Amino acid sequence: MTEQPIVEARGLTRDFRVREGLRRRVVHAVAGLDLRVDAGEAVGYIGANGAGKSTTIKMLTGILVPTSGSVLTCGLEPVRDRRRLARQVGVVFGQRSQLWWDLPLRESFRILAAIHHLGREQERARTDELVERMELGGFLTTPVRQLSLGQRMRAEVAAALLHSPDLVILDEPTIGLDVLSKQRLREFLVEERRAHGTTLLLTTHDMGDVERLCDRVVLVDHGTVAYEGTLGGLARRADAHRVLVLDLAEPTPDLLGVPGTTHEGSEAGGLRQRLALVGEGTTVASVLAAVSSRAEVLDLSVAEPDVEDVVRRLYASRREPPPTDE
Amino acid sequence: MADTVLAGDLRAYRIVLGSRIRSQRAYRFGFRLDLVSSVLVGLVELAEVLVVYAGLSRGLGGLDVAAVVLVFALADLGFSLADMVVGHCDNLSTYIRAGTVDVFYLRPQPLLLQLVTSDISLRRLARVAVGLAALVAGVAVNDLILDARTVVVLVMAVVCSTLTFAAMFVWAAGAQFFLVSGAEATNAFVYGGRYAASQPASVWSRPLQAVFVFLFPMAFTAYLPTLLLLDLPGSGWVPGWLGWLSPVMTLWAWLMALLGWRFGVRHYQGGGG
Repeated sequence: MTEQPIVEARGLTRDFRVREGLRRRVVHAVAGLDLRVDAGEAVGYIGANGAGKSTTIKMLTGILVPTSGSVLTCGLEPVRDRRRLARQVGVVFGQRSQLWWDLPLRESFRILAAIHHLGREQERARTDELVERMELGGFLTTPVRQLSLGQRMRAEVAAALLHSPDLVILDEPTIGLDVLSKQRLREFLVEERRAHGTTLLLTTHDMGDVERLCDRVVLVDHGTVAYEGTLGGLARRADAHRVLVLDLAEPTPDLLGVPGTTHEGSEAGGLRQRLALVGEGTTVASVLAAVSSRAEVLDLSVAEPDVEDVVRRLYASRREPPPTDE
Repeated sequence: MADTVLAGDLRAYRIVLGSRIRSQRAYRFGFRLDLVSSVLVGLVELAEVLVVYAGLSRGLGGLDVAAVVLVFALADLGFSLADMVVGHCDNLSTYIRAGTVDVFYLRPQPLLLQLVTSDISLRRLARVAVGLAALVAGVAVNDLILDARTVVVLVMAVVCSTLTFAAMFVWAAGAQFFLVSGAEATNAFVYGGRYAASQPASVWSRPLQAVFVFLFPMAFTAYLPTLLLLDLPGSGWVPGWLGWLSPVMTLWAWLMALLGWRFGVRHYQGGGG
């Protein structure tokens, strides 16, 4: 790809000094982070609480100055070019509102349109588009403080997208939302990307967001990139596998040595057995064929790896030294 | 091009402020209650000054009770005008905790301008009215003749007083980037400064004079203009003619305010750690 990346961070580092009683400790919130997001991509930026996700976003948007390293967002230096950058980026912080809480929602859109210098025609077209696709029509005249959480989050996302930014950064956009609201928001974001080619950077605890929205994940741990690639690759890296659960007709000795599997356990004296599918290209059919020569299979189910479990496992395998005292 | 950008920015600020004004009018009862209580507090403060000075037959610090009404009026008018327009700035710590400051960063306008135009307290209009009434009374009881010189001094005094108090609010906002319980700490300066402004600077000790005449130019907001209006000589470090330097000291106040704001922003972003 010859095009300039939308986000390019090299060795990005941010320390915080924390006072603990009389001692001062340095916390490396972000430590030598390399991150590249190309135009049009959708990237899931995941990690535990305190892994450095929000600090990274604040550096990408010019709120925080990096301690060292460099970052370019939309080709601009975020702190120096903050105001120009603000016209090209839309951000939703799940916990802080950019709407005017005591005004009707429609007013907030009008103010934001003025702030971003949208022309009258442009403002109307974009507002109509967002209102229709996010189904905001029912509460446009309601003061923001009276909106439900689901309504407010949809309104927040619409507000961040009003000026048609090239890059949209969503920090925990689905936190606290019910299943239906989550679903709606995700569908909208998929639509928005298809229609406008918007680049998406998403931090989330919700693996459903990542699975449905993101082409690629970046897992951050202790301020550095612990994994970068597809979600499936993340599962493989963490040595998480699909597990075949077999219900057998008779108590059977442990099914050891079935090609492409490892035996994970037996219950009820061997009536139910669990085989992990470990080999590349191992299929349920081939395993079933191999097993049926040794026992009669009554029923089977396949358990997919739980992604949060995958992330936890990957963390456990990466024991970092604790932050150093100064 | 630059013109249209400027016009666009002005339109944005106008729309934000317009919406703030409308939302305050929405809560009529509370708004009226605020107006009434502001008038009462203003009158009590004026009465306090009158009672103190009425008890002193020869006045205090070279000012008689009529002159003190003028000092009070100029300080009160300037402070309440500044408070109405930028008073919310010394609430910055609340803005920081609510995440509003982070949201300011995400908008394509200067942070300070966003903060200043993010609110306007119309209920302070009552306090402005008290200050204005006191000023009219002050002009009357001192038998001031409204010639060109008097009008120039009055206009200069009100403008410089308002701008100096506004600078103090901005300075307080900058300081709150550093202070955890910011509002409490800076209130001591803001309201202490306001109180200092409504007293004759001649009664202060030398260190207090140094602080409130030259560092925080509070004496320039009311006391020194009053000396000019009444043609009084002043005393020691603060001669009567010093009042003509009000515009210069207003610039000084704003220089300090903007530097303070800049340090604060740097600190918030972590440039200084």
